[in-house]
Amino acid sequence: MYTYEYKTLHELVALAGKHHLSLSEIVVRHEMETSEQTEEKVRGVMASRLQVFHESIEAGLQDQGKSVSGLVGGDAYKMLQSPAKLLGSLSRKAAIYALAVSEANAKMFKIVACPTAGSCGIVPAVMTAVAEEIGTDQKVSVNALFTAAGIGAVVSRNASVAGAVGGCQAECGTAAAMAAAAAAEMAGGTNDEIINAFALCMKNTLGLACDPVAGLVEVPCVKRNACYAVMAVSAAEMALAGIRSVIPPDEVIEAMAEIGRIMPVALKETSDGGLARTATGKAIAARLEQDMQE
Amino acid sequence: MGVFDVVGPVMIGPSSSHTAGAARIGLMAREILDDEPVEAQLTVYGSFAKTYKGHGTDKALVAGLLGFSADDVRLRTSFDIAAQQGLKIVLSRSDDEVDHPNTVRIAMTGKTGRKMEILGVSLGGGKIEIREINKAVVALSGEEHTLITIHRDQPGIIAQATTIMAIGHINVSNMRVFRSAKNATAVMIVCTDSPVPVDMVNMIKNISAIESVITLLPL
Repeated sequence: MYTYEYKTLHELVALAGKHHLSLSEIVVRHEMETSEQTEEKVRGVMASRLQVFHESIEAGLQDQGKSVSGLVGGDAYKMLQSPAKLLGSLSRKAAIYALAVSEANAKMFKIVACPTAGSCGIVPAVMTAVAEEIGTDQKVSVNALFTAAGIGAVVSRNASVAGAVGGCQAECGTAAAMAAAAAAEMAGGTNDEIINAFALCMKNTLGLACDPVAGLVEVPCVKRNACYAVMAVSAAEMALAGIRSVIPPDEVIEAMAEIGRIMPVALKETSDGGLARTATGKAIAARLEQDMQE
Repeated sequence: MGVFDVVGPVMIGPSSSHTAGAARIGLMAREILDDEPVEAQLTVYGSFAKTYKGHGTDKALVAGLLGFSADDVRLRTSFDIAAQQGLKIVLSRSDDEVDHPNTVRIAMTGKTGRKMEILGVSLGGGKIEIREINKAVVALSGEEHTLITIHRDQPGIIAQATTIMAIGHINVSNMRVFRSAKNATAVMIVCTDSPVPVDMVNMIKNISAIESVITLLPL
């Protein structure tokens, strides 16, 4: 039996309260006890993941080329060059960085699946934007990433983080909710505010379909990462103002699992419905099939 | 799921199943061949056949065959590297029915003339399973230290091999034996808590009826 084991967010918060520790410290200690590794080693692995976050943002901002299919690429750069019109500085950065990482993924650069490759832009984008804008150091980011990962592990355990099982709510939804929790922690939120940031964000991604055009991690995935990065910032801002989710975080996870179960298979990564089956979606799929045969 | 499965794996995009998983199948195939591959025939099925190009599944499979891991940037240019290193690749798409949508068959020839054929599936999140070795049905995840024997099915082979491991204090976590038919080719897959040392592997190789022994490190 483990000392720091948690199966729900309620248990995670209760453990932190009992031991007078932060959420991230509980997550670190649980990882240490299950992997039988030292704290230095465990923290080192997470710091290296954070490093890849930054590399993937750079790669996406610098490379203006297109993906193999030609469907995505160059939009992060385009938005970076365009003057700000509506978004505040932090949210705008989050959107640009999320585009950058997701484009980097589509163009076969190195990324961290977080929790999946299709949703890999959101957590790095939000965390990097927050760190740059409010000026936190790397230690704060590593801790926040542990918190986000621990929360993601609970989602994975009690629902799913796979589009084929739960639709995009399981992928981009989980990623955005993890990012909201990380942002709330980095901005100095309490444990309660952190998990409320998670819940507020997760609730507003429920029902999201996974309907990628031609089965590729490109349309709508890349731009969806950017829009959900901004939603994560909104959810964190609300939680930090003391706004609470009426439905408790663990019940939101249960709702996500249930919606995933009753969601039609056509909307769970099979490309048999939604955007994939629009006239344009079908035409793109037909063109790519033609290209492959040639 | 551990925290580094949630924030991870580190991989070359765009898809954990179609790119990272494919690279790991290729790498596992190379280890099973236990030789430098000079030719590989890749047959992709199901979703792999439908979307391999956009996901770089082909590049990932070749990268694995070259010995590159799923987070190695050389994956992007694996076909060029294969050409430079004299690895001939033939890729074909099949619309045959398969049990899993992300399936590939790899028939390889090594530098020493050694031939090996595997069937691999990518289960999602970068997890994979090898389901056939030389037509014998197996189940191999590559997540533990693994020793594989390919041998002729006859009494006593398993006992002899595991006795050698027992004397060497190698703890077996999981073990399965598969055969295509009685007295025909059999495959034994033994997962262990620690790697089986080379001298022990050589002793196992010397057991009559054992054709080859392959050891795999966790992927």
